[in-house]
Amino acid sequence: MSIYLLCLALFCVGLYGVLRKRNLVKIIIGLAIIEYSVNLFFVLLGYRFRGRAPIDAQTQDILNMVDPLPQALVLTSIVIGLGVTALIISLAIRIYEKYGTFDVTRIKRLKG
Amino acid sequence: MNNANNIIPLFVIIPLLGAFLISLIGKFVKRIWVDILSGVSCFLLLSLSIFGLNILRNSASPVLVYKVGGWAVPFGICMVLDGLSGLMLLTVNIVAFFVSVYSINYMEKYTDKPKFYTLFMLMLTGMNGLVITGDLFNLFVFLEIASIASYALVAFGTEAEELEASFKYAIMGSVASSFIFVGIAFLYGFTSTLNMADIARVLSTKPGLWLTPFVAVLFLMGFGLKAALVPFHAWLPDAHPSAPASISAMLSGVLIKTLGIYALVRVFFNIIGMTGAYSSVLMFLGAISMLVGVILALSQWDLKRLLAYHSISQVGYIILGFGLATPLGILGGLFHLFNHSIFKSLLFLNSGAIDYATGTRNLQEMSGLGKKMPVTANTNLIASMSIAGIPPFNGFFSKLIIILACIEKGHIGYALAAVIGSILTLASFMKVQKYAFLGELKEKYRNIKEAPSMMKFAMIVLAVICVLGGLMLLPGLKFLLINAMDVLLQGRGYADTVLGIAAK
Repeated sequence: MSIYLLCLALFCVGLYGVLRKRNLVKIIIGLAIIEYSVNLFFVLLGYRFRGRAPIDAQTQDILNMVDPLPQALVLTSIVIGLGVTALIISLAIRIYEKYGTFDVTRIKRLKG
Repeated sequence: MNNANNIIPLFVIIPLLGAFLISLIGKFVKRIWVDILSGVSCFLLLSLSIFGLNILRNSASPVLVYKVGGWAVPFGICMVLDGLSGLMLLTVNIVAFFVSVYSINYMEKYTDKPKFYTLFMLMLTGMNGLVITGDLFNLFVFLEIASIASYALVAFGTEAEELEASFKYAIMGSVASSFIFVGIAFLYGFTSTLNMADIARVLSTKPGLWLTPFVAVLFLMGFGLKAALVPFHAWLPDAHPSAPASISAMLSGVLIKTLGIYALVRVFFNIIGMTGAYSSVLMFLGAISMLVGVILALSQWDLKRLLAYHSISQVGYIILGFGLATPLGILGGLFHLFNHSIFKSLLFLNSGAIDYATGTRNLQEMSGLGKKMPVTANTNLIASMSIAGIPPFNGFFSKLIIILACIEKGHIGYALAAVIGSILTLASFMKVQKYAFLGELKEKYRNIKEAPSMMKFAMIVLAVICVLGGLMLLPGLKFLLINAMDVLLQGRGYADTVLGIAAK
């Protein structure tokens, strides 16, 4: 149970970064931490401690196998996260070119 | 039957192939070929969605299931075409086709047309895929494809405001996606399956007492942010006006509906199961969005920003209709969803035409454009009357159904809120008409021209659909809405239908 709570703590750290930090780069780092905590949580759902790789073997018991499906899904999710992060970083670079700052309190030409 | 199922993956394959080909050949060939390629792909998709609906109507079964890679259903990914997906596909592809026709002229003022079409096609892939998939994780992947393409398209002009809006949209959208992902993780952990029908089946035999409300809240936050319901709406008024007008039409017209409303409704009705508590939450959020959106819209002077606030308000109507969870309410919600995507995309295309001719979006700077731009002015008048709910146009019928459904269920307060929202909408669009099209023509706009022919064509056809939209309630076409409504009304019975067809 405590390991899931650690995932939640990591998620909250990321959320704090997104909501409270003023620097664009730190916001992006916060977003990355959120993504990692969610991925970690999903992998842990299918993980068994002292389990074994899910290989079809007659003599082995199915109960101590690690569930491979979350790992495959998280792989997809990591790739998606990579795409989003790359896009957002390139946006941040262009914003820096236009505004000359990474400070969100000074990047507000829009009313919101 | 087997041959009919094979058209389903084409909804994903065609736009994906289009995106690939356009990005591959875009640099080497003339612009006209890129225009033709995107126009033809969108036209194929539109005809396929009509064809799909026709097959669905004539076939004995209520759903068509395609198994990707031939794997048996609860284990492999399946694609499901039912009444609701069919209606959504039709909506998405009508708007996408006219937007692609409109972009042929409109996007000339931007430098890189092939990149625009590539992203546009990817967004279309995401939306079509999301609508037809029968697998919860696949839904997440398509949602992310559409979202990432839309983040990039909002920033397409790469001006300071556009980048800022896109950054805000991307951060909030990604956090929302994380919430959706956590929701999917919890559902998988509880049911050990990802197929939507199978999840519904497991949940009905093994009710999760604390789990389903928790997952419902996660999905409400995630999809609610994508749909821009009121507590989560902050990104929309920045992001939608910043995009090029044709993309604003796609974002406001269909993106918030497929990514937000369709996914929310599918998960709530068919997987989690609609109960009284969820119903009240949805109705409350709908009513709040309806009023807050329209009140914020009243004070706007930027035409596109005003339209963006109206999107929030109209999404409120749709969610209110679905939240009622009565047959009449769902029918009104679905009908308003279709109508709103038509008239809101038309309004954004009009704003693009004004921007194209005069170079301004500020209502105070334009006046008397009606004399110089008759097509834009008249189509805008039709769309404004539709969104405000003036009788012969389509918006009137759907709003009337939603209000009647509220009264039928005994929610007089919500019915009143809907009427007030409608009156304020009318006031706000009278302001648009007065400042933009009526009055004296300003000296500096003496030489402006009407929009080019392709833009005019797209606007006129959408206006005709607005006028004729009310005909969807006639017996011959009513099956579109009724079939979609039945899918939602059967609730978790969706599981038996899909699994039954798939087992054959």
